[in-house]
Amino acid sequence: MTEAEAKELKVKEKQEVSTDAEQTRPGAVYTPDVDIFESEKELTLLADMPGVTSDTLTIDLRDDILTLTGEAESDDEKTEERLVVEYGVGKYYRQFTLSEVIDQEKITANLKDGVLRLVMPKVEKATPRKITVNAG
Amino acid sequence: MIYRRMFGLPTWNVRSPFQELERMRNQMYSFLSNVSGSGLPSLHAGVFPSINLTEDQNHYYVRAELPGISANDLEIQATGNNLSISGERKIEAEKDNVRYHRKEREAGKFSRAISLPGDINPDGVSASLDNGILKVSVPKAEKAKPKQITIN
Repeated sequence: MTEAEAKELKVKEKQEVSTDAEQTRPGAVYTPDVDIFESEKELTLLADMPGVTSDTLTIDLRDDILTLTGEAESDDEKTEERLVVEYGVGKYYRQFTLSEVIDQEKITANLKDGVLRLVMPKVEKATPRKITVNAG
Repeated sequence: MIYRRMFGLPTWNVRSPFQELERMRNQMYSFLSNVSGSGLPSLHAGVFPSINLTEDQNHYYVRAELPGISANDLEIQATGNNLSISGERKIEAEKDNVRYHRKEREAGKFSRAISLPGDINPDGVSASLDNGILKVSVPKAEKAKPKQITIN
Protein backbone atom coordinates (compact mmCIF):
# COMPACT_ATOMS: atom_id res chain seq x y z
CA MET A 1 0.00 0.00 0.00
CA THR A 2 2.88 2.36 0.58
CA GLU A 3 4.28 3.81 -2.60
CA ALA A 4 7.95 3.68 -3.08
CA GLU A 5 9.30 7.21 -3.26
CA ALA A 6 11.91 7.94 -5.80
CA LYS A 7 15.16 8.44 -4.01
CA GLU A 8 16.33 12.01 -3.71
CA LEU A 9 19.60 12.94 -5.29
CA LYS A 10 22.29 14.07 -2.93
CA VAL A 11 24.82 16.60 -3.93
CA LYS A 12 28.23 15.23 -4.78
CA GLU A 13 31.34 17.25 -5.20
CA LYS A 14 33.23 16.88 -8.40
CA GLN A 15 36.26 14.72 -7.83
CA GLU A 16 39.38 16.53 -8.79
CA VAL A 17 42.30 14.51 -9.95
CA SER A 18 45.96 15.32 -9.65
CA THR A 19 47.72 13.89 -12.63
CA ASP A 20 51.36 12.98 -12.58
CA ALA A 21 52.10 14.65 -15.86
CA GLU A 22 51.87 18.40 -15.86
CA GLN A 23 49.28 19.90 -18.09
CA THR A 24 50.18 22.20 -20.90
CA ARG A 25 47.19 24.38 -20.19
CA PRO A 26 46.19 25.31 -16.67
CA GLY A 27 42.87 24.18 -15.32
CA ALA A 28 41.26 21.64 -13.08
CA VAL A 29 40.85 18.04 -14.13
CA TYR A 30 37.89 16.09 -12.86
CA THR A 31 37.03 12.42 -12.75
CA PRO A 32 33.71 11.65 -14.44
CA ASP A 33 31.31 9.20 -12.81
CA VAL A 34 31.04 6.01 -14.80
CA ASP A 35 28.93 2.90 -14.92
CA ILE A 36 30.60 -0.14 -16.38
CA PHE A 37 28.79 -3.34 -17.07
CA GLU A 38 29.23 -6.27 -19.34
CA SER A 39 27.08 -8.83 -20.99
CA GLU A 40 28.22 -11.90 -22.82
CA LYS A 41 29.04 -10.12 -25.99
CA GLU A 42 30.02 -6.61 -25.10
CA LEU A 43 31.33 -4.23 -22.51
CA THR A 44 29.45 -0.99 -22.00
CA LEU A 45 30.67 2.14 -20.33
CA LEU A 46 28.49 5.13 -19.45
CA ALA A 47 30.21 8.32 -18.32
CA ASP A 48 28.70 11.59 -17.09
CA MET A 49 30.59 14.39 -18.77
CA PRO A 50 28.38 17.47 -18.85
CA GLY A 51 29.54 20.25 -21.13
CA VAL A 52 31.58 17.98 -23.37
CA THR A 53 30.79 17.83 -27.05
CA SER A 54 32.01 15.37 -29.62
CA ASP A 55 34.69 17.84 -30.70
CA THR A 56 36.29 18.00 -27.30
CA LEU A 57 36.01 14.32 -26.45
CA THR A 58 38.86 11.89 -27.08
CA ILE A 59 38.54 8.15 -26.62
CA ASP A 60 41.76 6.24 -26.86
CA LEU A 61 42.19 2.50 -26.67
CA ARG A 62 45.62 0.97 -26.97
CA ASP A 63 47.42 -1.80 -25.19
CA ASP A 64 44.21 -2.66 -23.36
CA ILE A 65 44.12 0.76 -21.73
CA LEU A 66 41.06 2.89 -22.37
CA THR A 67 41.54 6.62 -21.86
CA LEU A 68 38.71 9.13 -21.81
CA THR A 69 39.53 12.79 -22.12
CA GLY A 70 36.97 15.53 -22.43
CA GLU A 71 36.93 19.23 -22.09
CA ALA A 72 33.97 21.28 -20.99
CA GLU A 73 33.90 24.79 -22.28
CA SER A 74 32.76 27.56 -19.99
CA ASP A 75 30.84 30.03 -22.09
CA ASP A 76 31.51 33.74 -21.86
CA GLU A 77 31.99 33.89 -18.15
CA LYS A 78 34.56 36.56 -18.75
CA THR A 79 31.87 39.19 -19.20
CA GLU A 80 29.93 38.11 -16.16
CA GLU A 81 30.65 38.67 -12.53
CA ARG A 82 30.67 35.60 -10.31
CA LEU A 83 28.39 35.58 -7.31
CA VAL A 84 28.23 31.94 -6.27
CA VAL A 85 30.59 29.25 -7.52
CA GLU A 86 29.76 25.73 -6.38
CA TYR A 87 31.40 23.68 -9.08
CA GLY A 88 34.39 24.12 -11.29
CA VAL A 89 34.51 23.69 -15.03
CA GLY A 90 37.44 21.93 -16.56
CA LYS A 91 38.66 18.78 -18.18
CA TYR A 92 37.53 15.26 -17.57
CA TYR A 93 39.99 12.41 -17.52
CA ARG A 94 39.76 8.77 -16.62
CA GLN A 95 41.69 5.66 -17.54
CA PHE A 96 40.74 2.02 -17.37
CA THR A 97 42.57 -1.20 -17.99
CA LEU A 98 40.41 -3.63 -19.88
CA SER A 99 40.70 -7.26 -19.04
CA GLU A 100 38.70 -8.44 -22.02
CA VAL A 101 39.98 -8.31 -25.53
CA ILE A 102 37.92 -5.84 -27.49
CA ASP A 103 37.15 -5.84 -31.16
CA GLN A 104 38.31 -2.32 -31.92
CA GLU A 105 36.62 -2.11 -35.28
CA LYS A 106 33.19 -2.41 -33.79
CA ILE A 107 33.36 0.07 -30.94
CA THR A 108 30.50 2.57 -30.98
CA ALA A 109 30.38 5.81 -29.03
CA ASN A 110 27.37 7.99 -28.47
CA LEU A 111 27.37 11.33 -26.68
CA LYS A 112 23.99 12.71 -25.68
CA ASP A 113 23.02 15.24 -22.98
CA GLY A 114 26.50 15.09 -21.60
CA VAL A 115 26.47 11.31 -21.16
CA LEU A 116 28.89 9.17 -23.12
CA ARG A 117 27.81 5.66 -24.00
CA LEU A 118 30.65 3.50 -25.18
CA VAL A 119 29.84 0.02 -26.37
CA MET A 120 32.79 -2.28 -26.90
CA PRO A 121 32.04 -5.68 -28.36
CA LYS A 122 34.28 -8.45 -27.19
CA VAL A 123 36.28 -10.44 -29.65
CA GLU A 124 34.33 -13.52 -30.53
CA LYS A 125 35.91 -16.52 -29.06
CA ALA A 126 37.17 -18.95 -31.61
CA THR A 127 34.20 -21.13 -32.35
CA PRO A 128 35.08 -24.79 -32.24
CA ARG A 129 35.24 -26.20 -35.69
CA LYS A 130 34.86 -29.71 -36.65
CA ILE A 131 37.66 -30.79 -38.91
CA THR A 132 36.69 -33.48 -41.27
CA VAL A 133 39.29 -36.01 -42.15
CA ASN A 134 39.46 -36.95 -45.76
CA ALA A 135 40.23 -40.55 -46.30
CA GLY A 136 43.03 -41.40 -48.60
CA MET B 1 21.84 51.56 9.12
CA ILE B 2 24.71 51.22 11.50
CA TYR B 3 25.87 47.66 11.98
CA ARG B 4 27.91 46.43 14.86
CA ARG B 5 31.06 44.76 13.63
CA MET B 6 32.70 41.84 15.30
CA PHE B 7 36.04 43.57 15.45
CA GLY B 8 36.68 47.22 15.10
CA LEU B 9 34.42 50.23 15.11
CA PRO B 10 30.76 50.04 14.11
CA THR B 11 30.20 50.72 10.48
CA TRP B 12 27.29 51.52 8.25
CA ASN B 13 28.82 50.43 5.06
CA VAL B 14 28.12 46.71 5.26
CA ARG B 15 25.93 44.96 2.72
CA SER B 16 25.22 42.05 4.99
CA PRO B 17 26.05 41.38 8.62
CA PHE B 18 28.00 38.33 7.55
CA GLN B 19 30.40 40.18 5.33
CA GLU B 20 32.88 40.42 8.14
CA LEU B 21 32.80 36.69 8.73
CA GLU B 22 33.13 35.97 5.04
CA ARG B 23 36.16 38.16 4.80
CA MET B 24 37.76 36.37 7.72
CA ARG B 25 36.94 33.02 6.20
CA ASN B 26 38.39 33.95 2.83
CA GLN B 27 41.57 35.14 4.49
CA MET B 28 41.84 31.88 6.36
CA TYR B 29 41.36 29.87 3.20
CA SER B 30 43.96 31.80 1.27
CA PHE B 31 46.30 31.24 4.16
CA LEU B 32 45.53 27.51 4.06
CA SER B 33 46.12 27.29 0.36
CA ASN B 34 49.57 28.71 0.85
CA VAL B 35 50.28 26.11 3.47
CA SER B 36 48.65 23.03 1.95
CA GLY B 37 47.74 21.98 -1.54
CA SER B 38 44.21 22.73 -2.54
CA GLY B 39 43.06 24.94 0.31
CA LEU B 40 39.58 26.12 -0.48
CA PRO B 41 36.85 23.61 0.31
CA SER B 42 34.03 24.45 -2.00
CA LEU B 43 31.05 26.41 -0.82
CA HIS B 44 28.00 24.24 -0.90
CA ALA B 45 24.44 24.64 0.03
CA GLY B 46 24.41 20.88 0.29
CA VAL B 47 21.60 20.51 -2.19
CA PHE B 48 21.69 18.95 -5.62
CA PRO B 49 22.42 20.39 -8.15
CA SER B 50 25.48 22.54 -7.64
CA ILE B 51 25.04 25.88 -9.31
CA ASN B 52 27.16 28.74 -10.47
CA LEU B 53 25.51 32.12 -10.24
CA THR B 54 26.87 35.01 -12.27
CA GLU B 55 25.54 38.39 -13.24
CA ASP B 56 26.11 41.12 -15.74
CA GLN B 57 24.37 44.43 -16.08
CA ASN B 58 20.99 43.17 -17.19
CA HIS B 59 20.78 39.52 -16.20
CA TYR B 60 21.52 36.92 -13.63
CA TYR B 61 22.74 33.63 -15.00
CA VAL B 62 22.32 30.34 -13.21
CA ARG B 63 24.24 27.33 -14.50
CA ALA B 64 23.97 23.78 -13.31
CA GLU B 65 25.41 20.49 -14.49
CA LEU B 66 22.59 18.07 -15.18
CA PRO B 67 23.85 15.27 -17.39
CA GLY B 68 21.43 12.72 -18.70
CA ILE B 69 18.35 14.80 -18.01
CA SER B 70 15.94 15.69 -20.78
CA ALA B 71 13.92 18.88 -20.82
CA ASN B 72 10.72 16.96 -20.05
CA ASP B 73 12.02 15.85 -16.69
CA LEU B 74 13.02 19.33 -15.66
CA GLU B 75 10.87 22.07 -14.19
CA ILE B 76 11.98 25.64 -13.66
CA GLN B 77 9.84 28.19 -11.88
CA ALA B 78 10.39 31.84 -11.07
CA THR B 79 8.44 33.39 -8.22
CA GLY B 80 9.30 36.68 -6.63
CA ASN B 81 13.06 36.76 -6.43
CA ASN B 82 13.40 33.00 -6.26
CA LEU B 83 14.23 30.53 -8.95
CA SER B 84 13.38 26.91 -8.37
CA ILE B 85 14.89 24.05 -10.31
CA SER B 86 13.43 20.61 -9.80
CA GLY B 87 13.16 17.41 -11.69
CA GLU B 88 14.19 13.82 -11.85
CA ARG B 89 17.13 12.07 -13.32
CA LYS B 90 16.25 8.70 -14.73
CA ILE B 91 18.75 6.08 -15.67
CA GLU B 92 17.35 3.63 -18.13
CA ALA B 93 17.46 0.01 -17.13
CA GLU B 94 19.80 -2.10 -19.13
CA LYS B 95 19.18 -5.57 -20.45
CA ASP B 96 18.72 -8.27 -17.90
CA ASN B 97 21.80 -10.38 -17.79
CA VAL B 98 24.42 -7.74 -17.34
CA ARG B 99 27.08 -7.74 -14.71
CA TYR B 100 28.04 -4.42 -13.21
CA HIS B 101 31.65 -3.68 -12.47
CA ARG B 102 31.10 -0.10 -11.45
CA LYS B 103 28.03 1.92 -10.72
CA GLU B 104 28.81 5.49 -9.75
CA ARG B 105 26.06 7.44 -11.43
CA GLU B 106 22.93 8.06 -9.42
CA ALA B 107 19.33 8.59 -10.36
CA GLY B 108 16.62 10.28 -8.40
CA LYS B 109 14.62 13.40 -7.77
CA PHE B 110 16.01 16.79 -6.93
CA SER B 111 14.66 20.18 -6.08
CA ARG B 112 16.49 23.38 -5.30
CA ALA B 113 15.37 26.92 -4.66
CA ILE B 114 17.80 29.72 -5.35
CA SER B 115 17.19 33.16 -4.00
CA LEU B 116 18.55 35.83 -6.32
CA PRO B 117 20.21 38.86 -4.82
CA GLY B 118 18.10 41.49 -6.55
CA ASP B 119 14.70 42.05 -8.05
CA ILE B 120 13.98 40.11 -11.18
CA ASN B 121 11.51 40.17 -14.01
CA PRO B 122 9.91 36.70 -13.93
CA ASP B 123 8.39 37.06 -17.38
CA GLY B 124 11.62 37.21 -19.27
CA VAL B 125 13.29 34.13 -17.82
CA SER B 126 14.73 31.81 -20.44
CA ALA B 127 16.56 28.53 -20.08
CA SER B 128 18.56 26.23 -22.30
CA LEU B 129 19.80 22.70 -21.75
CA ASP B 130 22.79 21.77 -23.91
CA ASN B 131 25.13 18.84 -23.47
CA GLY B 132 23.91 18.35 -19.95
CA ILE B 133 24.45 21.93 -18.86
CA LEU B 134 21.45 24.00 -17.84
CA LYS B 135 21.75 27.72 -18.26
CA VAL B 136 18.97 29.97 -17.00
CA SER B 137 19.01 33.66 -17.90
CA VAL B 138 17.01 35.78 -15.50
CA PRO B 139 16.52 39.42 -16.47
CA LYS B 140 16.81 41.95 -13.71
CA ALA B 141 13.86 44.17 -12.96
CA GLU B 142 14.21 47.60 -14.47
CA LYS B 143 14.52 49.30 -11.14
CA ALA B 144 17.29 46.95 -10.08
CA LYS B 145 19.58 47.70 -13.00
CA PRO B 146 22.46 50.04 -12.30
CA LYS B 147 21.86 53.45 -13.77
CA GLN B 148 24.64 55.56 -15.11
CA ILE B 149 24.53 59.07 -13.81
CA THR B 150 26.22 61.64 -16.00
CA ILE B 151 28.03 64.50 -14.43
CA ASN B 152 27.44 67.84 -16.00
